[in-house]
Amino acid sequence: MKKLSRYRRHKFAAPALIIAALISLGTTFSIASALPNAQHMAVTSQSTLIEEGKQIFARGCSSCHGLNAEGGSIAPSLIGVGAASVDFQVGTGRMPMADMSQQAMRKKPAYTEAETAALAAYVASLAPGPASVTNEQLTFERDGNVAQGGELFRTNCAMCHNFAAQGGALSLGKYAPTLMGVEPKQIYEAMITGPQSMPVFSDKTITPSEKLSIIKWIKAAQNEPSLGGASLGRVGPVTEGLLIWTLGLGLLVGVAVWLTMKAR
Amino acid sequence: MSSSKERVAGNVAGYVDDRTGAAKWLKKNLTKVFPDHWSFMLGEIALYSFIILLLSGVFLTFWFVPSQQDVIYTGSYAPLSNVPMSAAYASTLHISFDIRGGLLMRQIHHWAALLFMAAIVVHLLRVFFTGAFRKPREFNWLIGVGLVTLGIVEGFLGYSLPDDLLSGTGIRIAEAILQAIPVVGSYLAFFAFGGAFPGHVFIPRIFMVHILLLPGIFLALITIHLMLVWYQKHTQYPGPGRTEKNVVGYPLMPVYMAKAGGFFFIVFGITAFLGAVASINPIWLYGPYTPGQISAGSQPDWYMGWLDGLVRMSPPIETHAFGHTISWNILIPGLILPGILFTGMALYPFIESWITGDKREHHLLDRPRNVPNRTALGVMSLTFIMISLINGGNDIIATHFHLTINDIMWFTRIGLFTLPPIAFVITKRICLSLQRADRDLVLHGKESGRLVMMANGEFVEIHEPISAEKAWTLTQHEQPEALALGTADSNGIPAAKGLKAKLRARMSQANAEQIQTPTETEAKELEGGHH
Amino acid sequence: MSNELQKFSDPGLPEHIHRKADTDPAAAKKAERQVAILFALSAIGTIVLIGSYIFVKPNKFVFLPIMGDTNVQQALLGVGLAMSTFFIGMAAVHWGKTLMDDREVVAERHEFRSPESDRADFVATVKEQGAMAGLGRRTLIKRSMGVALGLVGLSPLVLLRDIGPLPKKQLETTSWKAGTRLVTDPGDRPIKPADLEVGAVAQVLPELIPGTERTLENVGKDAVLLIRLRPEDFNLNAERLSWTHDGIIAFSKICSHMGCAVALYEQQTKHLLCPCHQSTFDVTRAAKVIFGPAARPLPQLALTLDADGYLVAKQPFTEPVGPSFWERSS
Repeated sequence: MKKLSRYRRHKFAAPALIIAALISLGTTFSIASALPNAQHMAVTSQSTLIEEGKQIFARGCSSCHGLNAEGGSIAPSLIGVGAASVDFQVGTGRMPMADMSQQAMRKKPAYTEAETAALAAYVASLAPGPASVTNEQLTFERDGNVAQGGELFRTNCAMCHNFAAQGGALSLGKYAPTLMGVEPKQIYEAMITGPQSMPVFSDKTITPSEKLSIIKWIKAAQNEPSLGGASLGRVGPVTEGLLIWTLGLGLLVGVAVWLTMKAR
Repeated sequence: MSSSKERVAGNVAGYVDDRTGAAKWLKKNLTKVFPDHWSFMLGEIALYSFIILLLSGVFLTFWFVPSQQDVIYTGSYAPLSNVPMSAAYASTLHISFDIRGGLLMRQIHHWAALLFMAAIVVHLLRVFFTGAFRKPREFNWLIGVGLVTLGIVEGFLGYSLPDDLLSGTGIRIAEAILQAIPVVGSYLAFFAFGGAFPGHVFIPRIFMVHILLLPGIFLALITIHLMLVWYQKHTQYPGPGRTEKNVVGYPLMPVYMAKAGGFFFIVFGITAFLGAVASINPIWLYGPYTPGQISAGSQPDWYMGWLDGLVRMSPPIETHAFGHTISWNILIPGLILPGILFTGMALYPFIESWITGDKREHHLLDRPRNVPNRTALGVMSLTFIMISLINGGNDIIATHFHLTINDIMWFTRIGLFTLPPIAFVITKRICLSLQRADRDLVLHGKESGRLVMMANGEFVEIHEPISAEKAWTLTQHEQPEALALGTADSNGIPAAKGLKAKLRARMSQANAEQIQTPTETEAKELEGGHH
Repeated sequence: MSNELQKFSDPGLPEHIHRKADTDPAAAKKAERQVAILFALSAIGTIVLIGSYIFVKPNKFVFLPIMGDTNVQQALLGVGLAMSTFFIGMAAVHWGKTLMDDREVVAERHEFRSPESDRADFVATVKEQGAMAGLGRRTLIKRSMGVALGLVGLSPLVLLRDIGPLPKKQLETTSWKAGTRLVTDPGDRPIKPADLEVGAVAQVLPELIPGTERTLENVGKDAVLLIRLRPEDFNLNAERLSWTHDGIIAFSKICSHMGCAVALYEQQTKHLLCPCHQSTFDVTRAAKVIFGPAARPLPQLALTLDADGYLVAKQPFTEPVGPSFWERSS
């Protein structure tokens, strides 16, 4: 301010002030007049989004989930599953399913982000359910505690997804997928929606801040360096045993054969 | 110059003999002869990995804290900072991340342990399949069975010490096995753990057993094992010039010393290489143990894997009677089956000599094909273990090969009873056809690859006779003759132990089922016929 | 028959074939150089080891294919140690193979069985010693000695008695009592039924009595899994149904087989799977075993609400939790 006040007696001070005042007046007015208009646009865009989602749904999903997402003999009802569920299932490429196998696999998403958002909006409009997770919610870098996340992960997640988030077997051919390469948003949505075999982790039993800690720990696990050398898949002693019988004993028997061979 | 060196050597030898009078003994033993064959080095791998275990183990004890006291972790591994854990787990993290070379030593120690057990097993298989356990080496076989059993226990205790989530789960299962023992089970469990599981005394107790009691027993048994090998002289494979009365090979000094001593360093080098490049037991990822947590795919190390596989495939049988519970689903796979297996293994030399009636000394090894029943029995037992081992890793197999744990479980449940007998039959057939191939080779020579057209237009491949050395190697063995079924003795009293005698006769007949070894007479006759 | 046939005869040891290095001094010189190179490689390994110990920072990482982000010090220390030992071994073996005398030696074996006269002497000595000791005659000594030796084995057993307490009722009891609140693990927050959506699970422990601490021994018996289903999904008898609350059901998390934590809940099939031995329990039928080695269902914890609307245990577990033991009556 001191700096600015130095110029107040400058010969251009008066015209400059007038121009500045005019500009600010104009901007304020234009913003003020635009405000109700923007609200109106948001409403209409929301309804067009739902409409768009409904069309995509009719084309791509209704053959299994029913015309009004009421479910069918081979697929569950989607009424009340919420936007988060759609965002997770479609965003990770699990839906639409490639074939009627035991479990939907993660693959390249079939729909763009905009189409996914439209589908989510449509399903969310049917009945209230968990909303999609926004980036503003994912403050795990700032709010997460990695050690606490590890404890929560080992109590709530490791029994299916393994101690290093590498995934594991469930009964009858189902499996808990690896969490390597899974986006924080998708992890969060999986916890609140409980996709497929996975149970729901309610916000009261694992609070949102605890969920952020879990995500922070999973991110750390995804970036875990090879502290002791090649990781061997981080699935426990099975691969270690395999390595000692193949590479370890193989090398040594090779040396033993060389050692006892007569030199030429 | 060389003369002065010789003088020094002479002086040293003289100095030693002046004080021990061992000149004759030393001369004899420094020229001890050892036969050379790669399969004779397998036991050495086990011995050397044991030495590596002692060296790396001593390193680890300098920092390991064998205590279950609760501490808060403050070391340099960030994902665990301020997590409450036992002092044992915290000190293992300290060794891994705050001691230079600590993680390397931990990994060398663990790799050496896996190698120790693997080498023991292949050594044991070599001894079994070549009949090296026969008289006079039964004691060494028994010591070997003792060593492999103790090795399993020692390994289990070792990987339980860090008190991480995986090892704690293993101890939990061990406690359940203890607890399942009828009558005294709960008492044994409470005594072992100093109260309810997990308690605070278990780590210090198994630490003592792991670093003092069992290594001491190992040292004693290995010493006796080696002294017996030394005293009885090594067995050798059959071949020209090799008889039951001699041993052909290299003298201890210097050739064998250079090779065997060098081999120790090679084993060390390869173990260190594994420790450098391959992660093993990353305890920092498992997290500290608490009974309320578990990881998918919780398995033991491979030498326990078959036991875990047996436990997994067990049917759900429990008996509840008179206010008591007997858990057959734990006792049978966890104690009874392994007990039968190891007892059978220990007694095998005596059973075989009872069947064959052979009480002579044997120093020449069998070629496995020439003893089809033994070989088939070995492959059968291996098949049993392999199927159990597969089931021990069924969850990992399921996720990596897109199978279901339930299918693998049913496959192994059925396979455990059907596949070993099939393996027996197939192995026996293979042995007999190999014998037949040997016979053809000796009598008809080897195919030369040269074709000759006969007068009648037929093409015939020329066979070249094999060398006398080869012919001897393929025909030197004896073939067993079937023992006659115990007939009535001179007093007309039928053989007393009817069933036992019948069993013995039946098995001895099975042993006699062989392809007749070719003889020189036959070979000459054939030669005469051809020309 | 076999007597008539002439077996092949042993042609004896084959003639020794000399190595190149035995006859050709140049080859011998070459072998010597090779051995020296191998020893030199070992020395380089030791230098790598020492250098990386002193000069490489423990927190330095470098990306390597297959290995990923690798800790430089750990890898170099290991490779250095591996080189330094491996090449000493290779050098010694190569030396032994190429330059040391490789003519095979024949040693005769001695028979282990002693000559008959020695054996007879031995037996006689043993008998004589036995007679001198008078064991055969003095039955009183023999018997009392047997008793004493038998009893001496008892002392270590007695001395080891204090190794642990008697189990008493510890295997049968847990910390759950009527009215104990269920709290989250970790977090220790009490739970209201509305906190759980259908399909939700929660890992729970009994609320701590103020002034006490939660030990691992407690967790090992008290850990409970809380699951919410649709009430119509249950297929329970009236008593067990009354132990649930509005679709919420609780089971001991400690496996009835070998005590692992059975926390692996499959929401669609409503099965609980134990990752240790793959026993599978059907939640809708009171954790009935439908696959695997477990012989008993997981004990169910009866639930109700307290005055504040929080979930509490209606009563303690009605059977011991965890693996079976001899004294278990059902």
